[in-house]
Amino acid sequence: MNAWIEKQRYLIDFTLSSLARRKAKNLGLLLVYTLIVFLLASVMLFTHALRQAAAQVLAGAPEIVLQRMVAGRHDLIPPGYLERIGRIRGVQQKEGRLWGYYYDPVVKANYTFMVPNHQDIAAGTLFVGAGMARARGLAIGNLISFRSYSGQLFSFTIAGILPSDSELVSADLVLLSEADFRAFFAIAAGHFTDIALSVANPLEVRNIASKLAQQFPDARPILRAEILRTYESVFNWREGIVLALASLAILAFAILAWEKASGLSADEKREIGILKAIGWETGDVLKMKFWEGALISQAAFLIGYLTAYLHVFRFSSSLFAPVLKGWAVLYPRFELSPVIDGFQVATLFFFTVFPYAAATLVPIWRAAITDPDAVMRG
Amino acid sequence: MIELKDIHKAFNAGRENEFHALKGIDLHLPAQRVTAFRGPSGSGKTTLLSIIGCLSRPTSGRVHLGDRDISGLPERFLTDIRRQSFGFIFQQFNLIRGLSAQENVMLPAYPLGGHWRTLHERAERLLGDLRLSHRRAAAVEHLSGGEQQRVAIARALINDPQIIIADEPTANLDSALALEFMAILERLHGIGKTVILTSHDPLVVDSAIVHQVIDMRDGCIVPPLPGGNG
Repeated sequence: MNAWIEKQRYLIDFTLSSLARRKAKNLGLLLVYTLIVFLLASVMLFTHALRQAAAQVLAGAPEIVLQRMVAGRHDLIPPGYLERIGRIRGVQQKEGRLWGYYYDPVVKANYTFMVPNHQDIAAGTLFVGAGMARARGLAIGNLISFRSYSGQLFSFTIAGILPSDSELVSADLVLLSEADFRAFFAIAAGHFTDIALSVANPLEVRNIASKLAQQFPDARPILRAEILRTYESVFNWREGIVLALASLAILAFAILAWEKASGLSADEKREIGILKAIGWETGDVLKMKFWEGALISQAAFLIGYLTAYLHVFRFSSSLFAPVLKGWAVLYPRFELSPVIDGFQVATLFFFTVFPYAAATLVPIWRAAITDPDAVMRG
Repeated sequence: MIELKDIHKAFNAGRENEFHALKGIDLHLPAQRVTAFRGPSGSGKTTLLSIIGCLSRPTSGRVHLGDRDISGLPERFLTDIRRQSFGFIFQQFNLIRGLSAQENVMLPAYPLGGHWRTLHERAERLLGDLRLSHRRAAAVEHLSGGEQQRVAIARALINDPQIIIADEPTANLDSALALEFMAILERLHGIGKTVILTSHDPLVVDSAIVHQVIDMRDGCIVPPLPGGNG
């Protein structure tokens, strides 16, 4: 057992000195390899964390939202709809919601105006999102005016800035009272933007949605699960775009790795021949070369993954956040909660470390099984 | 000690360029003697040396090392025998560049997995015996030809083999260094080693240190000339 351990120590020692002897080549390879892992891991970590954040945000959303459609476009819910829903079994809670978009020509950004259902806001006051507050330079107590779509000017006092930990969803949010909202957008009493429904039993959601579709042929029910799926698709698509671009880099790396692997230098071949001639077994040579490849690929994986983690969760993915987050005038400032998916790590490990190890071992094996007497012939 | 019976070696067998390097060699090499194979290029000396040293297998024929028939052994066992019983000194020295003299000397012992300190001390002692202590940490590519050969000799001795195999050991040395090598050879014989070498250098084959010279030509052993030392 001791001899076995000593032998492994000698092999690792020799491997390290072998790596050090080809310092420039191995450092270059490590750098490129690390960069690839960093790129892939950053995209994966970022989109995964975004998906998680979206899921968390939507966890508090209603199970079903009912929107009225006119000529295929979203229209206001007329009076009486809310009362009719009450007769559908399984609906635990229903409420009409008031929200809309407002384009602010000053900063060329869209705001979401909304009446909170469980919060009383004094008439003439607003609570605004942190993104908007930054864009307009607002502080509590400031006065702000908006010209409504009817041309009338409305002035509001800022009563509060929404907490920045909710900025992912509240960057462009403006909360105001129901009376102010109806007056600003000229929406008559009894009309709502849409209706939010809570359903106690998740298995009932689809049934209730189909009943709603039957009962209100001019309306469409939107399920929370569908929104989640849409988010998934959007992030998957963006992840796909970045990965498609990254595939060029991966291809370049694959060529580099293949060249290193298949093109064993004359020096390396000679070295393998010498080792065999002086008494190393083919297995010893393979083990030594395997350690060499494993050290490079695992170091690259570790460094690449750690830097990607820091990049995404400490430096807000500054390198490619614009592509992955999408475009906005009011970019929310938010810190993603660190989430690591074991399966994702394993996939990345498999697709970066394994092909490299395999690509390097095959030609080494071919060199290692040649007769050692070649060394005698120079 | 080493017995060769009807050894044949063919390269590229079955192809158009099939070539027979050895054509039925029968030979007995006694232990603790210095034997030299002499002959022109292409006479089969190096091929024969590589078969004796378990670096390659004969196409047909038997090789006995002591009482053991080693001609049909699989590679793993041949490697084991090569490691334990033979030490090699190659014509081009075949040292690994970038490693120090001492690391090169220790290399053949790595697969045996012995204790590091013991191995280290043995390497130091061998380098000391060959007057290379002061150069032990130097990378081998910075050593002179003579020093490189002495490192190769130390490497051949690290596993304390019974048989030393040297292929054209003086081909890359000037006369002074060649004589120095012969002195080392005498010491090796003095400590009971069997030495088998190839050479066509008169300094080697005509030396009194060499007990037996075997002439080769075209893959066959040529009978000794009357009056020669073979």
